[in-house]
Amino acid sequence: MSLLEFFYWLEYLPLLVAMRSSPWLFPAIATAHLLGLAIIGGAVLVVDLRLLGLGLIRQPVAQLARNAEPLLFIGIAFMLLTGPWLFMCFATKYYYLTAFWVKLVCFALVLLFTLTVRRRVVMGSGSAGAVPKLVAAASLSLWFTVALGGRLIGFP
Amino acid sequence: MPLPEFFEWLAATPSSTALRESHYLYLAILAVHVLTLAVFLGTAIIVDLRLIGLVMTRVPISQILSRLLPWTTGGFAVMAASGSLMFYASPVDKFVNLFFRAKMAMLALAGLAVWIFFRTVHRSIEGWDNDPVPPRAARIAGGLTLLLWVAILVAGRMIPYQQYWLG
Repeated sequence: MSLLEFFYWLEYLPLLVAMRSSPWLFPAIATAHLLGLAIIGGAVLVVDLRLLGLGLIRQPVAQLARNAEPLLFIGIAFMLLTGPWLFMCFATKYYYLTAFWVKLVCFALVLLFTLTVRRRVVMGSGSAGAVPKLVAAASLSLWFTVALGGRLIGFP
Repeated sequence: MPLPEFFEWLAATPSSTALRESHYLYLAILAVHVLTLAVFLGTAIIVDLRLIGLVMTRVPISQILSRLLPWTTGGFAVMAASGSLMFYASPVDKFVNLFFRAKMAMLALAGLAVWIFFRTVHRSIEGWDNDPVPPRAARIAGGLTLLLWVAILVAGRMIPYQQYWLG
C-alpha cells in the first residue's frame, strides 16, 4: 500500500465519512484547533519574548518557562487531539499540498526543539550571549511556519 | 442613508470590488487576521488567567498588565485592521451574516468589560497586585472577558458557514 493509498483508506473509513456528513463536526474541531493556536501562541510568546528582552523582563526566564509549560502542553494537546481528525477528513487533498508536508515537518522539529534545546536553555540558570536570542528566534520562526502552513492548507 | 443601502454602495465602490476579486490579497489579509490571533488571544489568555489566579501567580498583575498587555492591544489593532479590510471587501455579505453580527455584538461587550475593569476593579490594584489569587471582582473580570474572546473566536470561525447552515 502506497502512502497515497493509505491516506485514501483513512479518508474513506466509515467514521470519517460520517464525520464529513455532519454539518458542524468539522467546523467545531477546526474551531478547537484555532483555540489551540492561541493557547500555544501565548505560552510560547511569553517565554520567547522574554528571551529576546521583551515582555515580562523583570521575571527570571526559568520561572516564566515553568509557569508557561502547562499552558504549552494544553495547547499542544489541543492540536494533537484535533489536528489528526482535520487531516483525515481530507487526507488525499493534503497529500498533494507542499504546505502540509512543510507544516508537519516543522511541527515535529519545533516539538523536538522545544522539549530538548529550548527546555534546557529556559529552565537552566540562564545562558549568556546570543544563545537565548537564537533559541527564541528558532522557536518563533518554526511555530510561525507551522501556523502559516496550517492557514495555507485550509484555503479552497 | 440606512445601513443596508450604505453597505450596498460601499460594496459597489471600485476598491471594495477590487479587494473582493483580488483572491490572493484577500487570502493574505485573512492569513494575517488568523495568525495574529496567536499574539492577541495568546497574550489575552495569559492576562485573563492571571486575573483568575490560574497562571503566573508569582508575577505581579501590574507587571502582566504593563509588559504583556501592549502585545495584546497591538495584536488587537492588527486584527481590527485586517478584519475591517475583510469587511470592506464584502460589506453586504458580512452585514447579513448572523455569526458576524454576533461577533460584533460580543466585541462591543468585551470592549465594555475591559473599560469597566479599568474604571472600577483596577483602581484598587495596589491592594492585590501580588495576590496569587486576586479578589472576586478581578476574577470575574478575567473570566468574563476570556469567555467573550473565546465566543468571539467561535463566531468568527463560523462566519463562512452562514450559507451552509442557515441558507
